[in-house]
Amino acid sequence: MLRNLVRLCNPTSYAVLKRQEGQARRSHFLGNIKAYSTAASERRKFYQDVSIAQGEDGLFEINLDRKKLKTPGGKLFTVPNEAMAIAVATEWDAQKDTLKFYSMHLTTLCNTALDNPTHRDNDQIIRGALKFLETDTVCYRVEDPPEMVELQKNEWDPVLDWIEKRYNVAIGSSYNILGPQIPNKTKDTFRQHLGSYNFWALTGLEFVITQLKSVVLAFGLIDRHLTVEQAVLLSRLEEEYQIQRWGNVEWAHDYDMYELRARTAAGALFVHLSSESSTVKRKLLQD
Amino acid sequence: MAALTTPLRVCRGILKEIRAVKGQEYKQTLAYNYVLDQFRKNQVSSERYCRAQEEALHTSHSYLCLLTSTRLHLALHKVYHGKGERKPEEVAGLVGLRLPTQPGGKGWEK
Repeated sequence: MLRNLVRLCNPTSYAVLKRQEGQARRSHFLGNIKAYSTAASERRKFYQDVSIAQGEDGLFEINLDRKKLKTPGGKLFTVPNEAMAIAVATEWDAQKDTLKFYSMHLTTLCNTALDNPTHRDNDQIIRGALKFLETDTVCYRVEDPPEMVELQKNEWDPVLDWIEKRYNVAIGSSYNILGPQIPNKTKDTFRQHLGSYNFWALTGLEFVITQLKSVVLAFGLIDRHLTVEQAVLLSRLEEEYQIQRWGNVEWAHDYDMYELRARTAAGALFVHLSSESSTVKRKLLQD
Repeated sequence: MAALTTPLRVCRGILKEIRAVKGQEYKQTLAYNYVLDQFRKNQVSSERYCRAQEEALHTSHSYLCLLTSTRLHLALHKVYHGKGERKPEEVAGLVGLRLPTQPGGKGWEK
């Protein structure tokens, strides 16, 4: 059995990795921390066929040729539903000659959720995620130049209004470097709301928040108020303004934008797929 | 509600992306069949408002965005960052400078 398992030791990375915490544990099954921490490295493709299989416990596994995929931590790679399994399998299937782990965002997120390299529980993730609220991108406004002030007001205010109404909370925005004073009640509301998420969904949500640097935009995306493109645009508003003014540089601006879009989309998809319970409701046929 | 394109466009977009990575045999992939199946299942005829369908559409839209952005990102990565680090000579060349070729300047004194 064990021989059949593929363990991807070196290059696969985790979505959110705190190095100091993870290192001690990782070193005992890896021996080579350096190889592990480089998400940018590639590896030769060693399989042809990618397929999925459902295990006895109902979880889905990924098979590369006839071997089972494992996480970097050595666990069997399992995902909760078929949609996720197919999306991950497609990532593996899409690799050409070398495995580009930095482009396999869903696999990375699954690895993070399975291995939990930072050893955190739900409460700690929620606390970590909500810390971003204090320094939320959409809450910090500039006073100058006037066009930028106008732009932030027009683009960010509607989302802020939306979230305040949707969750019945007060957030507000600020021109001060210290940011707005977020009432404790707001944080409690969000904490309570996030309490209903499972560990996988929280892992994905935290990833989205850290990508967009905004709790407000992340909620907008997860609650399907915004599309990925809209959320990324709003998150990069200042950069977009600079591009409009000074011109676009493909190897920096577009490169960053597509990467951010891919990561954000993966995170949102991860949350949606891991929190959904698929039910098929058929229409009753009436004669 | 977020502005979404029609399900048909998203569906075709996803299939196009699968084709872009898999080439001609894209119809044999897991994803191709699954995506088509899901879109067929979620077709609604006369319902007034269907929350599940809206959700499925948003999710599929995210997936399309993931596939497209990953492809474009990799393309840019290949062009601009795929060759690893540049050599000092190349870096100097980028800003129109040349490295000294004759030893004897600063750093060579005995």
